[in-house]
Amino acid sequence: MSEHPATLDENVIEERRLNMIEAINEALDIMLERDPDVIIMGEDVGYFGGVFRATAGLQAKHGKTRVFDTPISECGIIGVAVGMGAYGLRPVPEIQFADYIYPGLDQLISEAARLRYRSAGDYIAPMTVRSPFGGGIFGGQTHSQSPEALFTHVAGLKTVIPATPHDAKGLLIAAIEDNDPVIFFEPKRIYNGPFTGFYDRPVEPWKKHPDSVVPEGYYKIPLGKARTVREGEQLTVLAYGTMVHVAEAVCTAKGVDAEILDLRTLVPLDIKAIEASVEKTGRCLIVHEATRTSGFGAELSALVTERCFYHLEAPVERVTGFDTPYPHSLEWAYFPGPVRIGEAIDKLLKD
Amino acid sequence: MADPAKPQDSNRPALALHVPEPKYRPGDPADFSHIDIGKAGASPRPDEGIHPSQMADLAYGLVRVLGEDNQAHGPWNPRLDPETLRTMLGHMALVRAFDERMFRGQRQGKTSFYMKCTGEEATSVAASMALASDDMVFPSYRQQGILIARGYPLIEMINQIYSNKADKLKGRQLPIMYSSREHSFFSISGNLATQCPQAVGWAMASAVKGDSRIAASWVGEGSTAEGDFHSACTFAAVYNAPVILNVINNQWAISSFSGFAGAERTTFAARGLGYGIAALRVDGNDALACYAAAEWAANRARGNHGPTLIEYFTYRAEGHSTSDDPSGYRSAQEREEWPLGDPINRLKNHLIAIGEWDEDRQAAMDLECAERVKATTKEAEKNGILGHGLHHPFHTMFEDVYEELPWHLEEQAEQAIRERIAKFGTERPFG
Repeated sequence: MSEHPATLDENVIEERRLNMIEAINEALDIMLERDPDVIIMGEDVGYFGGVFRATAGLQAKHGKTRVFDTPISECGIIGVAVGMGAYGLRPVPEIQFADYIYPGLDQLISEAARLRYRSAGDYIAPMTVRSPFGGGIFGGQTHSQSPEALFTHVAGLKTVIPATPHDAKGLLIAAIEDNDPVIFFEPKRIYNGPFTGFYDRPVEPWKKHPDSVVPEGYYKIPLGKARTVREGEQLTVLAYGTMVHVAEAVCTAKGVDAEILDLRTLVPLDIKAIEASVEKTGRCLIVHEATRTSGFGAELSALVTERCFYHLEAPVERVTGFDTPYPHSLEWAYFPGPVRIGEAIDKLLKD
Repeated sequence: MADPAKPQDSNRPALALHVPEPKYRPGDPADFSHIDIGKAGASPRPDEGIHPSQMADLAYGLVRVLGEDNQAHGPWNPRLDPETLRTMLGHMALVRAFDERMFRGQRQGKTSFYMKCTGEEATSVAASMALASDDMVFPSYRQQGILIARGYPLIEMINQIYSNKADKLKGRQLPIMYSSREHSFFSISGNLATQCPQAVGWAMASAVKGDSRIAASWVGEGSTAEGDFHSACTFAAVYNAPVILNVINNQWAISSFSGFAGAERTTFAARGLGYGIAALRVDGNDALACYAAAEWAANRARGNHGPTLIEYFTYRAEGHSTSDDPSGYRSAQEREEWPLGDPINRLKNHLIAIGEWDEDRQAAMDLECAERVKATTKEAEKNGILGHGLHHPFHTMFEDVYEELPWHLEEQAEQAIRERIAKFGTERPFG
């Protein structure tokens, strides 16, 4: 269930509304204030405030030994953060685009993810790697990728993806406080407003969306808990990030009574919420922007099939990006938009 | 288009690829007379605040203290008292005795794997003795000498090597991948050079907090080719991190000679200069030089003058590991011909030369080390050896992946325990 009003009273506008960037910035500001061990670092995050402005103003407020720029070295950024965590700090490194996280993979997979296990708790890696991810912005091959499945496959990492400003703040605070390494992917297509997938329509800003009401001060949303975007009877949609909004818009446009779950955390996954929903609806649609083969949707599909088999009235459907690198000019042909989702819904509801 | 796989006809000279080749292969007589080891005592010892650009001679030369006459020479003589020197010698002798015993233990099937550090004892023992006990070390897998110098219990090392029920790492790690927070000894990883940027990060954290502790990492010369080493040097220089980056140049990375890490063209110390990092190249078989270099670098770091890269020039006297046979790729004579000798003999001879030691005491000490390791081994064997069932309970396999067990690991833990009961029944004591 949403912890905040699902509908918007136009007459009450005292509620504070933030876009996702502002919500993330506020979460970082609060954690810098609350915990002297929190350190923010990454390429261009210091004086300039980040290429997406997520860290704007933080260095001026908290000082340059708490918020600072780094060399262009993802291996170095993650490796140094592991060492800082071993000392006792709580680093929050930023990787400028998820497409550029790969040089840091050995440090993430072999070190951060394994440190607690291999040292039997002698050392931990309480770090949160923030990184903008996903497409829909004409980012081409190296500014659009969704590599979450590479991380969900790694024992020892947690993977979190918010879909609203409200969740972005609460989940980021929870991620920073978590004593395990967390990959925090921020869907950059929805930094400034929810995206419905109807790219030919004007974009609405977050201020018009109820989930942009962000409480002031500290609050957190527990990792491992899904959010029910809306309740429904006909089918269950499992989605996260930008695709939550796309799936919701398609269901609304088609008049489908879908139950939409925003997973929010991929590992650990809220399996109870998924089981309860699929057992109720008997049909399951999985939507993600990442490529299809061995994507996180395959894991979701397998889990639903294994655990809800006798409740299923149709095969589990996956709507995903195609198994190609993310193209520039053919972005909307690649993107799993309203047509692809609509066809999958029709197929699921056929009988 | 020309076929890219075929050379083009051209008047230009043909290019030639250079593939490095070591001087000696199996069967060859070894002769190291081409290596310039300089003269003990000849290198100047600059102030710890020196700018790296003034250190070229130290990065290309070789800092040596112990001469052919077994006396300490020159400004790098750390002037340690005889008691400290005997302690240093004792640690090195214990490391060697430990290596001998554990190597045999592996051959006897008591464990799966072992790695000796024979010939390199000074680069861990002497170097770490120059640090404070709470300075954080980020070792590679060949610095067991640090644990011994820091007084880590031998039995804990053996329990870990045997992966037995007393193993503090719960049988999860390959033998010798120790970890001890109490001894400021970072968890060893199988992935090479990852500890270099981590040490820099730890040092940066110490500086952020206004602490006085410093960090030191160890890496082999082969692993300096990894990107992590470059990252570590860059970050160390950029943030003036209080860190010591030690490179153990033992000439060999498994079967690949140091030329494959770039040693034909330059020294490993000299790389530090390119980053703006203070750089020392040291006789790694000279315990006094190793101590003095580490002490200099520690002073530099503590004085906020920044990082130091130290290349310890030494020789890997034994095989890479229990899985390796060096007679397949290098001359058997190399070890005897190695011009810098043996670190334990050299320190022993120095102590004898200054009248603080003798052969009888050395023999007694060696015997005591062997007996101590033997007795401790027997003690550790009571906790089990690899494969004899005295392992940790199955549920522990799933613990510490995360701080708390998520549902999927709880389910898998139940499955593993079910499988154990199906296989052995419920009577088995070490569930």
